[in-house]
Amino acid sequence: MSADVELENVWIRFGDFVAAREVNITIEGGSFFSFLGPSGCGKTTLLRAVSGFLEPSEGRVKIGGQDMAGIGPNKRPTALIFQNLALFPLMTVWENIAFALEVKGVGKTERRKRAEELLDLIALPGQGDKMVHELSGGQKQRVAIARALAAEPQVLLLDEPLSALDLKLRQHMRTELRAIQQRVGITFIYITHDQGEALTMSDNVAVMSEGVIEQVTDGTSLYDHPETPFVASFVGENNLFRGRVTEADAQFTVVDTNVGPIRARTSTKASLSKGDSAFVFVRPESLKFTNGASADNTIKATVHTEEFEGQFWQVFLDVPGGDKRIKMSLVNDGRQLGHAPGAQVDLSFPAELAVALPEGPLAAE
Amino acid sequence: MNPNAYFRQFFTRNGTALGTFLLLSVGFWMFIMILLPQAFMIDFSFRHNLPPAEIGGPQDTYTTEHYEFMVYGSAAAEGEFNTVDLGVFVRTLIAAFFVTLFDLAICYPIAYYLAHSASGGWARLMVLSLIVPFWVNEILRAFAFRIMFGSAGVINGFLMWLGVIDQPYDFIRENVALYAGLGYAFILLMIFPLYNAIESLDRNQIEAARDMGASWIRIHRRIVIPFAKPGISSGCTMVFMLSAGALAAPQILGGPSSLWFTQIIYQWFQTGNNWNRGSAYALILLASTIVFVLVMMKVFKVKLGEIAR
Ligand SMILES: Nc1ncnc2c1ncn2[C@@H]1O[C@H](COP(=O)(O)OP(=O)(O)OP(=O)(O)O)[C@@H](O)[C@H]1O
Ligand SMILES: [Mg+2]
Repeated sequence: MSADVELENVWIRFGDFVAAREVNITIEGGSFFSFLGPSGCGKTTLLRAVSGFLEPSEGRVKIGGQDMAGIGPNKRPTALIFQNLALFPLMTVWENIAFALEVKGVGKTERRKRAEELLDLIALPGQGDKMVHELSGGQKQRVAIARALAAEPQVLLLDEPLSALDLKLRQHMRTELRAIQQRVGITFIYITHDQGEALTMSDNVAVMSEGVIEQVTDGTSLYDHPETPFVASFVGENNLFRGRVTEADAQFTVVDTNVGPIRARTSTKASLSKGDSAFVFVRPESLKFTNGASADNTIKATVHTEEFEGQFWQVFLDVPGGDKRIKMSLVNDGRQLGHAPGAQVDLSFPAELAVALPEGPLAAE
Repeated sequence: MNPNAYFRQFFTRNGTALGTFLLLSVGFWMFIMILLPQAFMIDFSFRHNLPPAEIGGPQDTYTTEHYEFMVYGSAAAEGEFNTVDLGVFVRTLIAAFFVTLFDLAICYPIAYYLAHSASGGWARLMVLSLIVPFWVNEILRAFAFRIMFGSAGVINGFLMWLGVIDQPYDFIRENVALYAGLGYAFILLMIFPLYNAIESLDRNQIEAARDMGASWIRIHRRIVIPFAKPGISSGCTMVFMLSAGALAAPQILGGPSSLWFTQIIYQWFQTGNNWNRGSAYALILLASTIVFVLVMMKVFKVKLGEIAR
């Protein structure tokens, strides 16, 4: 069974410090939902409010439509996987997994049987009699998941469970986690500061910054249609041009920047009108060398360096009056680029692949 | 590593001068302060109690008479046991055992609270209020307990004011004052090992268990206590050994009609002027407490190495 999770106008304060500000989110039952944000933005805090270790200062947490106020973590239909896993070191693997059943007073043979089933599910059959310290990092990870699943939660909460693993294993576990989620069909709420994890695994992602939810949407929309400068600069790479709006309609906005006027898509959420300060974001892969054909936008730049990365060429360029070097990614099609440093080039990009947003805070580099 | 290589490494690591000093000082401490006096005690306990003139003479032979005396009493009472001394001995061990349990029961919650619930300033204040009373001399503390538990003391006063009793209760005669005094005397030796053990437990483990629906009792039984077992056993060992071997508190707080085993030992040394028998009694106490602790460790599956952690 899976349940919806709703956060209604949730505020969490520690003294004067606001760790979560006016959070409104609905997480659909049975979906894989991620919170993505830099360290210290309040992800763990929000998760603790869902699991019941912390009561919001204001607002409501509902699980399966039921208000959770005053209901402790041991009474909620959630199971939390801790950032450091918190497996019980003095118990065997199967006792760890069956702990939730032990709590419910299930008999030993039944517990053992259920533990074996879960060990099969996490692809560790017959390893129940090992001690926790005899497992590898990835195996511990999976045991933690099995232990949480044994409680038959309607919502599984995962606090950066992969952060301790090495890159290879992390990528493998992503696929595995997603597969386990689809097999058991319950709601997964996943916390991470790794956008790769969030984008590959989730049905929906909420991007957080300093206690505020910036945007909630699916992975592709997050990348293609950022709604705030924070999201645009945090998710993937983006070139930023600052300027002032000279024309704006429902489809396109023209912003006068240091590289000249740029015609960009008008964001669906944000409203810009003439004279406003604005940011224009263009992805490195949207930039091309001009091939003579007319384009929406053309800018002049000076080549700084070209880096060959096998599949891609990364070209770094200086633009007049720009405070930061811009970056262009070209797919390697077998031709040498061969621009000498200092070469003057023209770059172009279509208006649909640039987005204009109201000025606002950016993600830290 | 063979001993030769070990010593060579020891000297290269510390230098010859420091290495020699370390070896000599540790050796001195082990030998002069610990082994030698104990060896004398053992030797003493197997000799007759002779006037100084006869020591070293033909009468000075080895004997087990003092150990036999503890069990059978004087030779005059043929075929009977030394019920007085044996009774005191057993009662002392049982009382020390309960004092230990009592301390454990009190200190475990305090240690847990200090380690996992109290916040910085409050915890420091609590630790301080536990430590400061121990700056007061042991004898003074014991007399304070005597006054407190006396028939005109605050405790009787309070109980009578409450109406629980209408006559002052003789806490001293019933040894209540003694047990309380002993329990209090060693409370820190229980709290600190417990605190150290519990403090190193990852909080998340407690929260994980709670998240899975475990009650507080189960969390303690399954997570905290198994984890803290080395601390619990080292605290219990110290409190048990020290209360069984305490002398000042039983002298001051003990009831007039009951003795602590150490008081009997003291009597043989002092008033009885029989150091040999005193040594034998002291060694019996030492050996039995060690055996008792080892048996308890076996029962609770604690290894000796864990206690020293
Ligand atoms: N109990 C607390 N008392 C005071 N401040 C707290 C408390 N818990 C968290 N905070 C603060 O709230 C903010 C958010 O913390 P949180 O642990 O939720 O971050 P996070 O997003 O999970 O970060 P990370 O990715 O590093 O785990 C931090 O600035 C932290 O200092
Ligand atoms: Mg966190």
